Amino acid sequence: MSQAVLETEAAAARNMDLLRFATAGSVDDGKSTLIGRLLYDTKTIFADQLEAVEAASASRGDEYTNLALLTDGLRAEREQGITIDVAYRYFATPRRKFIIADTPGHIQYTRNMVTGASTADLALILVDARKGLVEQSRRHAFLTSLLRVPHLVLCVNKMDLVGWDKDVYDRIADEFTSFAAKLDITDLTIIPISALEGDNIASRSEKSPWYEGPSLLHHLEHVHIASDRNLVDVRFPVQYVIRPQSTTVTDYRGYAGQVASGVLKPGDDVMVLPSGMTSKIAAIDTADGPVDEAFPPMSVTVRLTDEIDISRGDLICRPHNAPAVAQDIEAMICWMDETAPLRVGGKYTIKHTTRTARTVVRGLQYKLDVNTLHRDEDAGQLGLNEIGRVKLRTTVPLLADEYRRNRTTGGFILIDESTNRTVGAGMIIEAG
Amino acid sequence: MSQAKPYRVSHLDALEAESIFVMREVMAEFERPVLLFSGGKDSIVMLRLAEKAFAPARVPFPVMHVDTGHNFPEVLDYRDARVGELGLNLVVASVQEAIDSGLVRELPDGTRNRIQTPVLLAAVEKYRFDALFGGARRDEEKARAKERMFSFRDEFGQWDPKNQRPELWSLYNGRHHPGESIRVFPLSNWTELDVWHYIAKEEIALPSIYYAHDREVVERDGMFYAVNEFIVPRDGETVQTRRVRYRTVGDASQTAAVLSDADTVEKVIDEVAATRITERGATRGDDKVSEAAMEDRKREGYF
Repeated sequence: MSQAVLETEAAAARNMDLLRFATAGSVDDGKSTLIGRLLYDTKTIFADQLEAVEAASASRGDEYTNLALLTDGLRAEREQGITIDVAYRYFATPRRKFIIADTPGHIQYTRNMVTGASTADLALILVDARKGLVEQSRRHAFLTSLLRVPHLVLCVNKMDLVGWDKDVYDRIADEFTSFAAKLDITDLTIIPISALEGDNIASRSEKSPWYEGPSLLHHLEHVHIASDRNLVDVRFPVQYVIRPQSTTVTDYRGYAGQVASGVLKPGDDVMVLPSGMTSKIAAIDTADGPVDEAFPPMSVTVRLTDEIDISRGDLICRPHNAPAVAQDIEAMICWMDETAPLRVGGKYTIKHTTRTARTVVRGLQYKLDVNTLHRDEDAGQLGLNEIGRVKLRTTVPLLADEYRRNRTTGGFILIDESTNRTVGAGMIIEAG
Repeated sequence: MSQAKPYRVSHLDALEAESIFVMREVMAEFERPVLLFSGGKDSIVMLRLAEKAFAPARVPFPVMHVDTGHNFPEVLDYRDARVGELGLNLVVASVQEAIDSGLVRELPDGTRNRIQTPVLLAAVEKYRFDALFGGARRDEEKARAKERMFSFRDEFGQWDPKNQRPELWSLYNGRHHPGESIRVFPLSNWTELDVWHYIAKEEIALPSIYYAHDREVVERDGMFYAVNEFIVPRDGETVQTRRVRYRTVGDASQTAAVLSDADTVEKVIDEVAATRITERGATRGDDKVSEAAMEDRKREGYF
């Protein structure tokens, strides 16, 4: 192969998109098999991994190579045949690199699914064609909408076990579509598959001539994610101030951070919060040299034309498009701690963008039943995996947007001050 | 950046941005971070990311090498050259010294992978490091696939896989009590191929043993080990000269080479893209002990 061709191929391989998706399903929906299938069909599984899985399947007396064993990493999981924790998997096609957050369907599934969904561009929910929608399918759809995952795929799995019956598929698709209509779901795709036999995974299957949509992999490769980013509201949380102590570089003062949203350009008028001071962007630096613009998810270093006192936890935005500077926050909270519930009056550390403060729970407006969406206004607390709407008061102002508008400046975590554990995930509804 | 696709970020750029973000978080929130630097390709990439994260300032933390004493000379030379070039402070935690002082005992088989854990933990305690950057990737191994970017370790350095902190958005919880620490894995979401593409893109120099060269080896358990002061041919083993390269660089007594003609970064990328064996499966004697070998070592405080 000529050097020129090699260079072109290498350049193409370095220039793929990145898509993160979270998978959710009930026990026995075949989720692990589906992931095994995706890895297998994209040639991500290696011979030594397959050998180990074949040997393990044989020793368990499985009738076929159990691709699910590929994803069960810990000793207890293999012994008990369950998945304990979120596992991350990787595969790539020539178009895209994929990161899967594989979330277990049973114990603590809410905590795990919320974790996986928080960074996902797309959520993939599985149902068993024989069973149709179950309680967990509705929960998964609700969590996808709560976490504002931009794209949702419902895979109706095990179609081989219902004889590829179109009516079965249609019934499930209709029921799910009408449930999804009650939620904030903007993009829904439904695909009939057999993970075990590989139908409609890597390519369209002949067994479902009535299905006119894409195969799962085709959809994952082509779903349009570029517009999911917020390129309108400039939000640059300052992570770290770079001030070289050096004789060669003098008077350098740069604000390092990752662009949360919007597009920053040298010469732009900016405002720094919480001080409200204004300045202009003098330059946007990277180790590879200055850039003309910065947008999510770039990590850059911003320099301003004026010397302003800025430190970690401050935020750079535009003067006429700023987040709220607020100590009173209303948010949906998913509680993640098994040792103690969230209680009104409870005090926690709150981490929001690069800012850390303390907070007290002023009120619990309601606890939400994630199956029925019923609101329980008399709930006094939130236990593990429960979700509710709370009012918080913070010690210092947060520089916050609504979560529905900005996943980075709208999300926060709560940390227990004695155990240091992450106990809650919050999505801001109102900051004022 | 192409005009046709405005505001586009390639997967490598996205991975780099995430790793840089993680490193800056650590620098902002911890008092005494250290970067584990073995001279292996992953730690080399991690050091490069550290260089980029804090430019134009210097890398603001020391690097530490847990030195099993079983080294490839090319790798030690590389380590010293890179440390000198960046003006870094290098801490060497020596397994040999720990054996000599009685902290650990040499194992009957002479391998030192397992006994490096107490040496690492002793160095963490001595220098009071509270955050340790490691180059581990989640695609390497099944236990690692479930480990967090910020991996909490108790005062004994132990990982408890059933009691990990949920990690949401890009909000990393690094809070810990004195004596506890956090292992941070900025390359968590990178694959072996990503690492090689990045090495090519950034034109990063590597120790020469990563590229194909002729070497005297013996075949043992289906793997090719270099004949050196740590690997002595056993009865029935014949020394042969083969064209090989190293896919991973670990303890020289336990790391095997793979047969390869890939003598440039582009050829290595083609080889890695086509290979059907994982890098640990192909090259690490230490991971073949049991299905849960890595999980067990991590529980004891290993990376």
